[in-house]
Amino acid sequence: MGNILNEIGIENYIFLSVILFSIGVFGVLYRRNAIIVFMSIEIMLNAVNLLFVAFSTYHQDAQGQVFVFFSMAVAAAEVAVGLAIVVSIFRNLGSIDLDNLKNLKG
Amino acid sequence: MSTVLLIFCILSAITLATAFLTIFTKQPIHSAIYLVLCFVSVAGHYLLFNAQFLAVVHIIVYSGAIMILFLFTVMLMNLNKEDEVHKPRVTRLAAGIIFILTSLVLLAVFIQTKPIVGPYDETGVDYQSIKVLGQVLLNEYMVPFEFASVLLLVAMIGAVLLSKREKTEKN
Repeated sequence: MGNILNEIGIENYIFLSVILFSIGVFGVLYRRNAIIVFMSIEIMLNAVNLLFVAFSTYHQDAQGQVFVFFSMAVAAAEVAVGLAIVVSIFRNLGSIDLDNLKNLKG
Repeated sequence: MSTVLLIFCILSAITLATAFLTIFTKQPIHSAIYLVLCFVSVAGHYLLFNAQFLAVVHIIVYSGAIMILFLFTVMLMNLNKEDEVHKPRVTRLAAGIIFILTSLVLLAVFIQTKPIVGPYDETGVDYQSIKVLGQVLLNEYMVPFEFASVLLLVAMIGAVLLSKREKTEKN
């Protein structure tokens, strides 16, 4: 089971990651719900992590996987703080519609 | 078509379909469920690479911790409504165009450069078991590892502070 990239090919993983990342970008632009926007950001992070692991296997190097480990830690911290901000926005405005956050508009 | 390629195609189809459904479903709670499925299929990709440690950590962190946070937030704020107003049609159209352009440009850049993908030579050296990963993590990446703990602590304090109800404003 070692030669997985011989059977699948690194380019297939690149295509998959690119499409997954684009879906994340699309979700950030398409929805108004702040929680769905957060989920789209998670999808983007996952696409990048997947490519990291693919190239780590391609180069037979453990450092890519260690980097993915750190990236997961940062993602967990980011989600915790982000959802806390969403909760506080909901307390102040009564909704989490992103288009309602116009306080800084000149 | 070999078995591994078939597994890869099925997993990729599940990943992409659930990612799309995450964005298109109306109810946030359904989005969260679809996102769990997406993460589990990504963990399946990791297992396909034989990266067991990352697959397990991915399941624990994403499908466990992060999804629990999402579900708790959705239920806490009673957000599970279907009456969310859509963005204006121009914005949605622009979002679709940007989606197509981003994926096309990135794919075209990769295809046009015609990278030389050499044959995947297997050295036989173990490089992704927990033992090797732990040695790399605690030898070369010792300082970032410690800073990650500081980051998690700061994130915890920040989350508690941000979501605490302020007494002066509320009643």
